[in-house]
Amino acid sequence: MSFTEEPRSGAVPESGSAPESGSGRKRSRRPGWFLPYGMILPAAVLELSIHIIPMLLGIYISFTSLTQLTIRRWTTAPFVWFDNFVRGLDPGSALGNALFESLIRTIVYTVLVVGLSWALGMAAAVALNTKFRGRGVLRTLFLVPYALPVYVAAILWAFMFNQRDGMVNRVLVQDLGLLDERPFWLIGENAFWVLVIVSVWRLWPFAFLMLLAALQSIPADVYEAAAIDGASTWKRFTNITLPMIRPANLVVLLVMGLWTFNEFNIPYLLFGDTSPESARLISPLIYEHSFVNWNFGLGAAMSVMLLVVLIVASAMYVRMVLPKGSGND
Amino acid sequence: MIETKGFRWFRRVVLTFLTVFTVLPLYVLVVTSVKPLENVRGTFTWFPDRLTFQPFVDMWTTIPLASYLVNSLIVTTTATVLSLLVAVLAAYPLSRLRFRGKRLFSMTVLSTQMFPGILFLLPLFLIFVRVEDLLGIELTGSYLGLIITYLTFALPFSIWMLAGYFSAIPEGLEEAAMIDGTTRVGALVRVILPVARPGIIAVGVFAFITAWGEVLFASVLTDTETRTLSIGLKLYTSQTDTLWNQLLAASLTISLPVVIAFMLIQRYLVSGLSAGAVK
Repeated sequence: MSFTEEPRSGAVPESGSAPESGSGRKRSRRPGWFLPYGMILPAAVLELSIHIIPMLLGIYISFTSLTQLTIRRWTTAPFVWFDNFVRGLDPGSALGNALFESLIRTIVYTVLVVGLSWALGMAAAVALNTKFRGRGVLRTLFLVPYALPVYVAAILWAFMFNQRDGMVNRVLVQDLGLLDERPFWLIGENAFWVLVIVSVWRLWPFAFLMLLAALQSIPADVYEAAAIDGASTWKRFTNITLPMIRPANLVVLLVMGLWTFNEFNIPYLLFGDTSPESARLISPLIYEHSFVNWNFGLGAAMSVMLLVVLIVASAMYVRMVLPKGSGND
Repeated sequence: MIETKGFRWFRRVVLTFLTVFTVLPLYVLVVTSVKPLENVRGTFTWFPDRLTFQPFVDMWTTIPLASYLVNSLIVTTTATVLSLLVAVLAAYPLSRLRFRGKRLFSMTVLSTQMFPGILFLLPLFLIFVRVEDLLGIELTGSYLGLIITYLTFALPFSIWMLAGYFSAIPEGLEEAAMIDGTTRVGALVRVILPVARPGIIAVGVFAFITAWGEVLFASVLTDTETRTLSIGLKLYTSQTDTLWNQLLAASLTISLPVVIAFMLIQRYLVSGLSAGAVK
């Protein structure tokens, strides 16, 4: 490892003034100035080589016509400037139309999944933040879907949503008699709702976990004071609970939003290489263009567009909700 | 907290719904894994026609499940341990030291969290192939490429959580140790790490779960020799048929250790996650 122990001479005053407590002075000459850099070096190198450089290369690829014919000597793939963007993003063309539909669909999907997961997680956290029998058991149980590997969850739900003899159709048709015929779930219009249900099933425990922790950090006397003042349960929730867990809430929503918007695993595991149109999210669509139709340049152009959307949306979100100077640095 | 009647009803309804929602699929998972094959070919039944543990025996020979399990364990464990090491080193200066470029570094790390995996799957693959050609280090189809990738996946979130966790530890603690003559690194190892152990465990579990469930990169970066569970399980499905009882028996078997490990440390995970979130 590259960092060295910080040399500390006897001249350091007893006040225990650590290097960081001094401010404004030129730090670079101080002994040990390289310590933080040495410590972040491994992370920086990894981030650079696995995230940043591939991302830049991806942007480069989006300007080339890289296909399976040129993939072997990808450095020589012809540079086509904005051709891929023009072709892929033109709303008039079939490709561009499919992309924008998929984008809208992904936004609807993200809002639904994050909204439902948050609501369920919040409701469960509020319910379990009280004392009653069986509380520990339920808390553990609710975390199981999150602890399960995502492919196990997806395989399991695909089995349950099987049209011919799955458990869902058995319940709907045979046990409850709500439907006369067994509908298809994994193809056609219903596939979107299957996707939402499975995603929520996987995600809501995360919201629950984070929000319960946030609720537990609220001192009980705040509620007692409010109760004495005659505030109703709902009033206490909206006027005390929500404002007090606001920081946790904002982080949970942002993280879940980004995860959901980029979701690839669940649709890929449920539907395979090609999702049914009703459920075609943006990441699987790009995968399809890149690895099913072998048009890497086009796939890369769509990824770049996706990244721009994410950056703009996140920046707007952060600017909107976070007061200046807060954050985790 | 004063519980009104309305609140009790709210609690009852919410918890009943969520319990059913959570348990139903899990019940299907368990009950299907103890059914004979002819029983899973027809319409779903709530109970097995005949209770059998044969799927748990057959699943090992239908596909090379054991070697997929070993592959997953090697890749995931190595990636988790390395990612913890790297994350602890990076999180400490973020929470305790002042240095030029700190904001740039933390913003960059955090923003990589929002990169869609699909954006750098192909470029990463191309880079790996290039490195192989130039340096002869095998990165595709080997453990190494997958380990490096997974270790980086968990990194942004791990650094973020650990930095929050370290910041929650009073600075006086290590200052006292440093007055006693320990260096800063010595204080990190001997004072901060023991205090932060729950958070570190939580982050490790998070990294492990992330890597254990990864599908996209595993499908591109592994070959028949190094195939991990997330890809290998597909082989219970042939062109004509899926051996659902064996597939779900295998799913149950490989989930159980992860779920149990998760439950044992979930308390620490809660404090670790919230420390990162609240800070």
